[in-house]
Amino acid sequence: MNTQTQAIAKPTTKLATLIAVAFAGLMMITVAGHVQAAALHDAAHDVRHATGFPCH
Amino acid sequence: MIQKIVTSALIAGFGAGLLSALLQFAFVQPILLHAEQFEGGELTHFGALGSSMSDAQHWVFDPGRDLLTIAFSTLIYAGYALMLLAAMVAAEERGHDLTPRAGLVWGVAGFVAVLLAPAFGLAPELPGMAAADVGARQIWWFATVAATGVGLWLVAFGRNWMMWGIAIILLAAPHIIGAPLPDVLTGPAPPELGAEFASRVLGTGLVVWAVLGMIAATLWQNAPDEG
Repeated sequence: MNTQTQAIAKPTTKLATLIAVAFAGLMMITVAGHVQAAALHDAAHDVRHATGFPCH
Repeated sequence: MIQKIVTSALIAGFGAGLLSALLQFAFVQPILLHAEQFEGGELTHFGALGSSMSDAQHWVFDPGRDLLTIAFSTLIYAGYALMLLAAMVAAEERGHDLTPRAGLVWGVAGFVAVLLAPAFGLAPELPGMAAADVGARQIWWFATVAATGVGLWLVAFGRNWMMWGIAIILLAAPHIIGAPLPDVLTGPAPPELGAEFASRVLGTGLVVWAVLGMIAATLWQNAPDEG
């Protein structure tokens, strides 16, 4: 019973971890690359142009 | 697992971000600075005589501006590294070895998904270029990256023609629908600069992504298991 529970639970936990990690990355990209708040836009301006993000 | 994946990704992303900033300063920033002179009106191009290449800018380190470039470059590539390594580990879980050589392929695929595919519709923007509404372009950008990413996954790991068929549709759809383009073209800079800029952004991006994939796979492979 115990073994069976582990065998089912493990892949789900791993998948959840991977999704959480990917989501954290997505948030970083969104803030650094896409949010249009003026201060953030000005600070990230050159990188946004140089890495192909839609800017302005 | 989470500690191992986050550590590997952040180190790989930081390294790739530094490389990206370095390549940007060497190859992209001079064109960007040159274009800003046209954007700001200091130079004009579309007269009878055109404009002289002697006005081209040499990049000189500007701490206020370039330290921010380094910071945001490392932040962006750390974010990409987290997403890329999460996908790489998901594939490894399904039985695909994650060697540095496989990492190189992953990196190139990442480049295609987040740089080449969006650039096919929205060319890397030289400062001053006319463009459609930024919100519409961002939606198209995100949708294209997502569709291309899933499409490439299905190309790599699909097992039958139905999956490959879906992959082809996902890869093609953003470009058949088309990116939002401006109604009026008003770019003040010479097209020579715009073309060179777009090529340089794609070229430097390919190098950085290839390195990112290889470093991420190498670090992941060599990191001790947490048990």
